[in-house]
Amino acid sequence: MGNRTPLYATHVAMGGKIVDFGGWDMPLNYGSQMEEHHQVRRAAGMFDVSHMTVVDVCGTHAKPYLQYLLANDVAKLDGKPGKALYSGMLNHEGGVVDDLIVYNREGHFLREGHYRLVVNCATREKDLAWMREVGQDYDVEIDERPHLAMIAVQGPEAIARVTQVLPQYAEGIEQLSVFQAHEADDWFIGRTGYTGEDGLEIVLPGEQAEALWKALAEAGVAPCGLGARDTLRLEAGMNLYGHEMDEQTSPLVANMGWTIAWIPEQRDFVGRQALTDQKAAGVQDKLVGLSMTARGVLRAGQRVRVAGIEREGVITSGSFSPTLGHSIALARVPIEVGEQCEVELRGKWVTVSVTKPAFVRNGKALI
Amino acid sequence: MSEIRNELKYLPSHEWARLEEDGTVTIGISDHAQDSLGDVVFVELPEVGSTVSKGEEAGVVESVKAASDIYSPVSGEVIAINDALEDSPETVNGSPYDDGWFFRVQPTDTAELDDALDADGYRNAVESEGA
Repeated sequence: MGNRTPLYATHVAMGGKIVDFGGWDMPLNYGSQMEEHHQVRRAAGMFDVSHMTVVDVCGTHAKPYLQYLLANDVAKLDGKPGKALYSGMLNHEGGVVDDLIVYNREGHFLREGHYRLVVNCATREKDLAWMREVGQDYDVEIDERPHLAMIAVQGPEAIARVTQVLPQYAEGIEQLSVFQAHEADDWFIGRTGYTGEDGLEIVLPGEQAEALWKALAEAGVAPCGLGARDTLRLEAGMNLYGHEMDEQTSPLVANMGWTIAWIPEQRDFVGRQALTDQKAAGVQDKLVGLSMTARGVLRAGQRVRVAGIEREGVITSGSFSPTLGHSIALARVPIEVGEQCEVELRGKWVTVSVTKPAFVRNGKALI
Repeated sequence: MSEIRNELKYLPSHEWARLEEDGTVTIGISDHAQDSLGDVVFVELPEVGSTVSKGEEAGVVESVKAASDIYSPVSGEVIAINDALEDSPETVNGSPYDDGWFFRVQPTDTAELDDALDADGYRNAVESEGA
């Protein structure tokens, strides 16, 4: 038996097909991954993401600590209560320990120095160990919040459905800009997500999760499994830890260059020197999108060949795109790649189109 | 529990085979297989007129989740394929034993089917797989 979220029994009761997911018993789907995917693109769907880790960071050194821990700069959040930032957390070699979202909670605590981080589930222990190691020289409290649940509600109707179910928070929710959170009581509602749709991620006390889940279902929000979450995030071109990036992969080759705050130059952060050296030496690879309209499905691990270049690339994530009706992938390839490349598909080399690493946004095809 | 039909024969790799009254053999994948694969998005079938060999790869079924080879339970000539799966591969999920059949073979020796599992044998195989 794996770890279970407060919603485990609810998933089983509602027909969720439970699989092991990074040591957690989680629903893969509730019947049809494709149907759940379409529900999110067309209306609203919800995901139990309570297996992700919420870590609160506070203390007099919270800001300088996070400025050193993260490649992005939390100073960008100054004076912006509730605002969030996406960042890589790097090791000294410039590899990615994890990617995460950090929120500024100053509005809630009426003073500076409170942050909330949301990190991956599979990397929980490693992340916390690394955060504590880096935090040794700082006056900070690093407080994991395992009793919190987290429900992501995504889709064009997501916000309308949530405010219908939670009228007490409606005003706060409706004022949220993208990548901003509203905090009230023990609830923390961020306008973020992982699907390329508008929506919310709701962090709440675990014992209240079942009631919210059921109320949302009654309001027409489709329960979705982690299968649909993966096809949605792939269509949105969003990175998944362990696929597009890992401790051996630089953010510079994982389409995360935009998350590195090089300025101010005097801000040191873990991995800065390594990234500076990599840039000086010249980055060899980049992350692109692949689109294949021929029959078949691109899958992670398949080899990629670029004409005239000896060095091979690799597909980091691949699947059938339910929205586009054909296969798409993210691939790390030699930087010289042109408009086409070849993928080895079950022993045969097939020509595919190279695209930007984003395929669907707000229900619309980008390619 | 997924449906296992008593009148069919099965391979441990989850194909089913039905001996028709005219001596031909129809082949598809089991309810358990379609359920495990999830939403089927492509099915690659052998060409009509080609020959397949018992226990050898005769096609591929791809779901959102994974690609799986399809093995033929008998040797013989492919006399029909289910064209409808080209436009509606999801039929395999909805009707694995009826509308979602894959291909039909004129077998060289129907006795080859004796080596396949009966419904009880397949049920045991599925249960031990899940254990």
